[in-house]
Amino acid sequence: MGKKITIEPVTRVEGHGKVTIHLDNDNNFERSRLHIVEFRGFEKFIQGRPYWEAPVTVQRLCGICPVSHHLAAAKAMDVIVGAGTGDGLTPTGEKMRRLMHYGQVFQSHVLHFFHLASPDLLFGIDGDPAIRNVIGIAKMHKDLAVQAVMMRKYGQEIIKVTAGKKIHGTGAIPGGINKHLSLKEKMSLLDGKDPMNADKMIEWSLGGLEFFKNFHKANKDLIDNFAAFPSKHLSLVRKDGALDLYHGVIRAIDADGKKILNDVDSQDYLEHIAEEVKSWSYMKFPYLRKYGPKDGWYRVGPLSRMNTAEFIPSPLAQKEFEIFKAYTNGKPNHSSMHYHWARLIEILHCAEMMKDLLNDPDLMEGELVTKGTKSYEGVGLLEAPRGTLFHHYRINKDDQITMANLIVSTTNNNMPMNLAVESATKQFISGQDKITEGMLNAVEVSIRAYDPCLSCATHAIGKLPLQVKLYDSKNNLIDKRTKD
Amino acid sequence: MSKPIVATTSLAGCFGCHMSFLDIDERIIDLFDLVDFNKSPIDDIKTFTKKCDIGIIEGGVANSENYHILKEFRKNCKILISLGECAIMGGLPAMRNNKDSIESCLKEAYIDSPATVNEDKIIPNDEELPMLLDKVYPCHEIVKIDYFLPGCAPRADLIWDALVALLNGKEIDPKYKTYKFD
Ligand code: SF4
Repeated sequence: MGKKITIEPVTRVEGHGKVTIHLDNDNNFERSRLHIVEFRGFEKFIQGRPYWEAPVTVQRLCGICPVSHHLAAAKAMDVIVGAGTGDGLTPTGEKMRRLMHYGQVFQSHVLHFFHLASPDLLFGIDGDPAIRNVIGIAKMHKDLAVQAVMMRKYGQEIIKVTAGKKIHGTGAIPGGINKHLSLKEKMSLLDGKDPMNADKMIEWSLGGLEFFKNFHKANKDLIDNFAAFPSKHLSLVRKDGALDLYHGVIRAIDADGKKILNDVDSQDYLEHIAEEVKSWSYMKFPYLRKYGPKDGWYRVGPLSRMNTAEFIPSPLAQKEFEIFKAYTNGKPNHSSMHYHWARLIEILHCAEMMKDLLNDPDLMEGELVTKGTKSYEGVGLLEAPRGTLFHHYRINKDDQITMANLIVSTTNNNMPMNLAVESATKQFISGQDKITEGMLNAVEVSIRAYDPCLSCATHAIGKLPLQVKLYDSKNNLIDKRTKD
Repeated sequence: MSKPIVATTSLAGCFGCHMSFLDIDERIIDLFDLVDFNKSPIDDIKTFTKKCDIGIIEGGVANSENYHILKEFRKNCKILISLGECAIMGGLPAMRNNKDSIESCLKEAYIDSPATVNEDKIIPNDEELPMLLDKVYPCHEIVKIDYFLPGCAPRADLIWDALVALLNGKEIDPKYKTYKFD
């Protein structure tokens, strides 16, 4: 037996995940694993509850992107109440939900890029960990910190006026939405006092992209090559190939960009997607059935969406999309660090869409709910900030849920995150006999690019300590580093 | 004078309480000046380098790791706060209590779920994974808790007012509009 390194982010402490790395006697890479250590049993205990509760209960799985779960469950329940499979809502119902969703993706992406990821860029992967966090940013780049806080606040306010509440709202109901947008709410966000207005958000989103592009120019090797590997990509796209975060058909491409799943209706997801179980993680491993568990894994999220979509239906983001596509000559982009770039393009897209929707009179009047003929099974998919989210329910004659199947966004990236960890470990740790803090952070940076839920809130207020222990072949502790 | 030290953790919670904490918005930047965040709220005594003044717990206790972390927090924090429904009474994860055994929850998730292909009927059980408890417990059944801040998630203003009061050595005096339920 060789050596084992355990990387335990505070997120392990928070009940989420940890990394173990096994090295052979010459300190060379043997294997690495990202373990997800949390299990809740939601699929079981939701059984017996009335179906209409799902949109408000299920979101309590995740307080970081609750709107995504709220809406995916509501979309599944739309099918159950006979309101169609994505296109059957009233204009008010659909547009209010979209506004809620853009607010959500906006705030989640902002939180991730500015609060979590930018410290690595601003202070360096091996920068002083005492300042390499959002508190360091607040002290040394105050303008950027204020901007980040206010952008996130803007997204949260959008959620509040559409869902009723910033976290775990109640706006979406089976078949539609339960409120209109008032004139006061509209004006406060469209035209609010600086900086709380739509134009400022667009301006700051463009600023975020500039910041990234300048960093990219100066750090090409890191951004282009770190933890990069070819893979399949999957997302929803609008029927005409446009990026659409709220609704679409399932599309997957292979590493060369060839479409391998196209125009699959979300109701048919089970025919194409399966999950494998491994004994060392509570998180399952999804794959495309036709390629089997070994080759069928794929990536999801902002990078994948840039790869599967053909254009972005908002003008400023479309321009940025063209630059992004040109960078890889129109071929799929496989660089993990380009997730950040893609995320920033989506931030801009959301800002544009929020402005358009706030100007839309349908939000202030019109029917809220669609009624139809009941059915007993429904599937709801959407593009959550971190990737495609699947909700699937069956109910009985008494309106009780009898089956719930959820494939959450981060789960889709399980295999890719494991590969990113492997790649970062091989590059930075394999063959070394001393572990430095920077090496550990490199492993984290590779995970962080995927914005998994496991590096979330605690880190957001400035902490992502790691503890790494290096054992020799007899399990004696020979080196230990704590990053704090 | 050294600044007060605050530590936070999420046990079996959804991070929504932490997100609501961030919803204090601009005030977070002031908070960074007023307090130090404890840097290592890890279940290893050596990494809890200093005693903390305030420990904030999100989430209930669903596995062995949650249990140990909660114990560590009690040991190292002068004041311990249960933040949100999950910490106070188990919250949504506690829906399994007295209704579904942990075995039936695992079976549903890893064997019976319609997308899962698992011929060998593997249920995750690696030594790296913490042990699941029979029930989800509220924090105050495991350790003494000094304050409870209700809500799911508790409102940002409630969290802010409570912190400001405690940092000034006062009692928490919540206003109805900050803690009412939805
Ligand atoms: S109380 Fe609500 S917001 Fe807080 S962790 Fe529990 S479910 Fe999430």
